[in-house]
Amino acid sequence: MTIATVDFVPTELARGRGGGGPAPTRTVVAYGFWIFLLSDFVLFSGLFAAYAVLSDNTAGGPTGAELFNLRSVFIETMCLLFSSYACGLGALSAERRRLGHFYISAVFTFGLGAAFLCIEISEFAGMVSKGDGPSRSAFLSAFFTLVGTHGAHVTAGLIWFIYMVAQVAAKGFRPHVLRRHLCFSLFWHALDIVWVGVFTLVYLMGAR
Amino acid sequence: MQSVDRLLDDRTPGVEHEESTANVLSYTTGLGLAVLLTVASFVVAQTNLLWPPGIPVGLIVLAFAQIGVHLVFFLHLGSGPDHTNNILALAFGVLIVFLVIVGSIWIIANLNWNMMEMPH
Repeated sequence: MTIATVDFVPTELARGRGGGGPAPTRTVVAYGFWIFLLSDFVLFSGLFAAYAVLSDNTAGGPTGAELFNLRSVFIETMCLLFSSYACGLGALSAERRRLGHFYISAVFTFGLGAAFLCIEISEFAGMVSKGDGPSRSAFLSAFFTLVGTHGAHVTAGLIWFIYMVAQVAAKGFRPHVLRRHLCFSLFWHALDIVWVGVFTLVYLMGAR
Repeated sequence: MQSVDRLLDDRTPGVEHEESTANVLSYTTGLGLAVLLTVASFVVAQTNLLWPPGIPVGLIVLAFAQIGVHLVFFLHLGSGPDHTNNILALAFGVLIVFLVIVGSIWIIANLNWNMMEMPH
């Protein structure tokens, strides 16, 4: 019995739709992680739906217009957007094997992400200290669940990012390290997409 | 000399290394558009530039535009053959998200209507 060995795959055929052999590992990994991100979007859609349904049920408590400070939400949005941009530039420097540029963009990615989280935590702490915590009304339960889940994702992302930079420092730009960094970039950009939904539905529509 | 490269590289054999389509210019374009759309959202929400009853619709349109900008310029979702599966998965994800959100709002709005006090 002979086993056919494929030692040449025409590159013009090795693309998508299952024709012409396996796709590059990078493409397969990115696809698998993309599926995970889409499942995360489905998770958030449930929380968005709960918020949309419950946002008018303030039970005599404060409304969004009384609670939200759009100036700090705008600063938060810009922090996350520029953190995402720095992360993209970091991915480019990693692809081009430029360690110095990678570290500079890493500082901005982490710093701006942490700034976003600090503003959010101080907003939450201010609301809870005034007695407007998640137990005050159905509106606030939905608000804290939705915005808090996004914040938890950002926290997890920051921890993951420290681990990622440590891997680059310890191992250099090896292919598997680059693929992990690609997944992190996708995660970080996806969180920014969720935040677009949060600031539009929760803050801008809620503050009116 | 290429043995070291071979050891470290677990690319599929025969497949050329592909240059990423991403570059600094595409990220910067995306950033510029996203900042513009964000500022537009905040301005529209806080002023009466738009016809007031139409403001929520305007905000939703701006949010979808910004999500599109993020997908194209940051996540580099393109129309190439490598992206066929990604786009299909995204389409399915969008369908589920749409069903969950619009379905919930629709059903609960109906329930609220039925729970209203009826005049005797």
